Amino acid sequence: MLTFTIRRLTTAVPTLLFISFVIFMIVKMSPSDPTGNLPLTIPPEVREQIRESLGANDSLIVQYLKWLKLFFWNEPMAVLQGWTGWDLGFAAEQRIISYQTRSPVMDLVMERMPQTLTVVGVAYLVGILIALPIGIISAYRQYSVFDQVGTFVSMVGFSVPPFFSGVLVIVLFSVLIPSDSFFWLPSIYDTTHRVTDWDSFTVQLRQMIMPVMVLALQITAQISRFTRASMLDNLNQDYVRTARAKGMSESVTVLKHVLRNSMIPVVTVIALGIPSIFGGAIITEQVFKVNGLGQLLIIAIQGGDVPTVQTLTFIFAILIVLFNLIADVLYGLLDPRIRYD
Amino acid sequence: MNRAHARTAIAAAMLAALAPHALAQETGERGRDGELKIIYWQAPSTMNPYLSGGTKEVEAGSLVLESLARFDENGEMVPYLAESIPTLDNGGLAEDLKSITWTLRTGVLWSDGTPFTADDAVFSWRYCTDPEGGCAHTSYFDGVADMEAIDDTTLKISFTEPKPFPYTALVGAESPIVQAAQFADCTGAAMPTCTEQNFAPIGTGPFVVEEFKANDVIRFSANENFRDEGKPAFATVLFKGGGDAAGAARSVLETGEFDYAWNLQIDPNLLADMEGGGKGSVAAAFATSVERLHLNQTDPDPALGDERGTKAHPHPFLTDPRIGHAMSMAIDRELLVEIGYGAGGKPTCNVLPAPAAYASTANDDCLVQDMDGAKAMLDEAGWTDSNGDGTRDKDGRELSVLYQTSTNAVRQDAQALIKQWWSEIGIGAELRNIDASVFFGSDPASPDTFGKFFADVEMYTNNFSGVDPEAYMARWLCDGAPSPDNQWQGTNNQRYCDPAYDALVRKMASTADLSERQAIARQQNDMLMKSYTIIPLVHRGNPSAHASTLGGVRMNDWDSELWNAADWYRTE
Amino acid sequence: MTELAPARNQWWDVWDQYRTHTGALVGTVVFLTIVLGTLFGPWLWSLDPQLIDIRSRNQGPSLAHPLGTDQLGRDSLARLMAGGRVSLAVGMTAMVLSLVLGTFVGLVAGHFRRLDGPLMRLTDLFLAMPLLPLLLVTIMLFRQPLASRFGPEGGIFLLIVFGIGITSWMQTARIVRGDVLAIREREFVLASRSVGTPDRRLILRHILPNVLSPIMVSAALGIATAIITESSLSFLGLGFPPDFPTWGRLLFDAVDYLKQYPERVLWPGLAISLTVLSVNYMGDGLRDALDPRIRGR
Repeated sequence: MLTFTIRRLTTAVPTLLFISFVIFMIVKMSPSDPTGNLPLTIPPEVREQIRESLGANDSLIVQYLKWLKLFFWNEPMAVLQGWTGWDLGFAAEQRIISYQTRSPVMDLVMERMPQTLTVVGVAYLVGILIALPIGIISAYRQYSVFDQVGTFVSMVGFSVPPFFSGVLVIVLFSVLIPSDSFFWLPSIYDTTHRVTDWDSFTVQLRQMIMPVMVLALQITAQISRFTRASMLDNLNQDYVRTARAKGMSESVTVLKHVLRNSMIPVVTVIALGIPSIFGGAIITEQVFKVNGLGQLLIIAIQGGDVPTVQTLTFIFAILIVLFNLIADVLYGLLDPRIRYD
Repeated sequence: MNRAHARTAIAAAMLAALAPHALAQETGERGRDGELKIIYWQAPSTMNPYLSGGTKEVEAGSLVLESLARFDENGEMVPYLAESIPTLDNGGLAEDLKSITWTLRTGVLWSDGTPFTADDAVFSWRYCTDPEGGCAHTSYFDGVADMEAIDDTTLKISFTEPKPFPYTALVGAESPIVQAAQFADCTGAAMPTCTEQNFAPIGTGPFVVEEFKANDVIRFSANENFRDEGKPAFATVLFKGGGDAAGAARSVLETGEFDYAWNLQIDPNLLADMEGGGKGSVAAAFATSVERLHLNQTDPDPALGDERGTKAHPHPFLTDPRIGHAMSMAIDRELLVEIGYGAGGKPTCNVLPAPAAYASTANDDCLVQDMDGAKAMLDEAGWTDSNGDGTRDKDGRELSVLYQTSTNAVRQDAQALIKQWWSEIGIGAELRNIDASVFFGSDPASPDTFGKFFADVEMYTNNFSGVDPEAYMARWLCDGAPSPDNQWQGTNNQRYCDPAYDALVRKMASTADLSERQAIARQQNDMLMKSYTIIPLVHRGNPSAHASTLGGVRMNDWDSELWNAADWYRTE
Repeated sequence: MTELAPARNQWWDVWDQYRTHTGALVGTVVFLTIVLGTLFGPWLWSLDPQLIDIRSRNQGPSLAHPLGTDQLGRDSLARLMAGGRVSLAVGMTAMVLSLVLGTFVGLVAGHFRRLDGPLMRLTDLFLAMPLLPLLLVTIMLFRQPLASRFGPEGGIFLLIVFGIGITSWMQTARIVRGDVLAIREREFVLASRSVGTPDRRLILRHILPNVLSPIMVSAALGIATAIITESSLSFLGLGFPPDFPTWGRLLFDAVDYLKQYPERVLWPGLAISLTVLSVNYMGDGLRDALDPRIRGR
């Protein structure tokens, strides 16, 4: 197990380097101009100056290597500096700077983590909590009414695009319901809201309900289908028949034995889905103006902000590789039939 | 106190050079009205207007930073940090037009309590004009030879040549005054890296930055050291960014979550519908933005290779003004406005529509669509449909154009309409749209920029800041055309060339008398219009919505829309 | 002696099992209706979807315009059908591309020992890439050059199909490889090999037909994902040009008018949802029908 993990970690490094290069090259071959979104009243010489000062005119390899160094050395050093307060000489200009805000990209990322984690993370949790029971019961009572309804609901969640359900929900709860009613929900997420007491907590809860609902619907769909399939696989196994023949109660058979075995692949699927928390809710974030990492990515792409796009995409890649590894290790730990060596 | 009273009081207070609190408007203590919520669907990415040319940053910055003077909604100058506007009459402007002396208000403090002096103004000039800085608004300081702080409240600006309109440097929201002490270490190459200063500049304005999250949200609180007693009425401001225009409009007009939403470029029917709910109202301010068609005077045919789009090859038919005239006659501008702009647009026949004194009335026959007249004109020019394919032709060449613009739903709708009108008079059109960041970029290698203009017709909006059109009208000089020699970085996109026009530009540069300048500007406009190389379509305003409980809003397109935010208050 | 029942083609058994899954049946009917409707509908209802008739804009359903008109007076039914053609074409083509890629990689990796390692590393590499961001970035950056070459719609079509195709083949590849590895050890394959059947024929005639079941399931799900991805791209402004109707674009245009003209959102929304729903049910039914353990239960 340990050798497996170490081997995977070592292959992860060249994988990541290759991915970083691919990301870098794709973004660099861009025909769009970082000064293209500035108003027309700015004269061309000034635009050229701005482009120069952004470092957009160096050669490709130089830019790539510079960026690698910044990402793998300067950024962690700067974080260390921030935590410990020592002055290691890593001032602002030696970090990866966004074209749009002229401030360090990692600061932007850290600023947006809280709302992404709160809204999307909670939605993921809620989705899982709803999906598991639905999947289990659907499998147990296959083809029953519950199964059909459950299947239908999860299919719907899977098929309806979030910008449709998001706006629908906004119109229902924000526009049609008058704003002084108990059921009214805010359509715009306030990122500066601080939870200090019960009242502010309820406010936070209210502004989270709609985006969480919309996201959770989609997540529920995927996980419940998967749980159902996994449970079905196991319910037909011989050991279940044996347990029942032995006289074990139904609830113990299902909830203790079958469930545990079915959860193995489900847990790995959940682990594989965690990186999508960070970058996967782009549309929902747009609709509800939850200005998180997904929205940062879109703004950076549309504004030709190359450093931000590169850094964010690379962070997602690291998360994916990391959680792939965690999922594989978990799978090995949980399933005694699997032994890596 | 009702709004009419407040308006009069504000107007009176403005005119007074002394005693800013002369006529009491709705008074009360500072910060009595709680929180002001503003939503800009494009979020500001920095608070320093000098670092970004984007309107959103300039407007967010205008809540904190101020200038010597600002423009009100009629384009008139209003002194802000200056006591009064220097003119020839009061001696502020030198006789030879080579220098201007501003007298600053006394007793103004920065929000950190330190006194504001003329040194800060001089510093701001040096800050922006530093060659290594990459300041986005250096054009405001064109022609400035030197700035001198004669004493704490007197600023003298000297120009290299006599400047008939000297109110450019440090006037308007795009050229504010920053605190010398705060930005002392941020000049030159360090300009973009001073993140702390750029995100929270210290200003003399009514609000102070409490928290800045780039591209997300900004929190302000009232400036305790603001020079006007009892202002601002709001204690805090929440400035939210992100999402889309329709969502922003909804949040003010339907859900009531916000008080002010900026730049609502959505379907006018939709906007009117939302406004019908009664929670807020939409107002549009008009400055100089004109959506127009440019007709390429050179031939963009790819077969010409490196010489495409250059003066060596004049356009096969667009150089004939009758073609452009017919194209213009076929367009129903009223309908374009109704479909795409609603209250945020007016049909126009001038590329220079404002201020009112500069607007010519000689071209207003274009406001009425005249299909028959267009067809007659094309017949007269010798273009007939000899091969029956629906488009006219002459000498074997089809009267067909490649019509490009940026990617934008309103523009695409307009393109579709115009294409249909032109097909009715026998002109064929192929539509193309290009991503805005490519179209408006100035990358010399890209074939799709509006400067390269490798098409026959292109459509976009342009404007100029401030109220003086001299620099704007000078865009169309013969040698201003983009070409391989100047890296395609010229301003005369349609390659218009007329020596008589160049002469008018030179004349304008040396004329000081205001009414004469206005006459010259009108002449320039008429000359351009009669050449039919530019076809103006819509005079665009900025529709913005504000809640009915928000008072004191005076929509303004000549300066920042938030220019008088210090005077806003809650009305109930 | 009793007559032996004639040998029955396996596919009839599959069809029998499929028929018992009501959802799958209904799904098939719905899907076929939609496909045939968008393919042949324009012959019955021949209004030009791009024709602008300003005077009749924002109308509700009427005889002249059964589904009403949009804000420029274009007929909604015609646009819905035209949009259906494009969305379905994108869905099918992208699905075929990803299927072909995935099956090819899976077959080759499963059959040829030496290529297994590198191909699986390649699959892992693709799986490790943050696909949605990369898709967005690629489309944003490359639609201009492609548009100038193939025309705006052609360029975007190629880009979207290519993008979706090369970002969704990995699951299929993995599953196919797993099945191929299992089948290789079966006696009939060993028998073929011992007779000297060349590799190509071995793969195409013996192995491929037996791994069809996961491929078919992937195909069904692939269409669904592709259609949803295309509509999401339209929402983010990165899809087809704005005047070109696709279901995603129609939905995006109508979302702003949700309160004023809700039916404009309803039709494309329903179209997308029903198509994806029916395809998902079909995939579900196929999966159940092709699984020999479930069949006949």
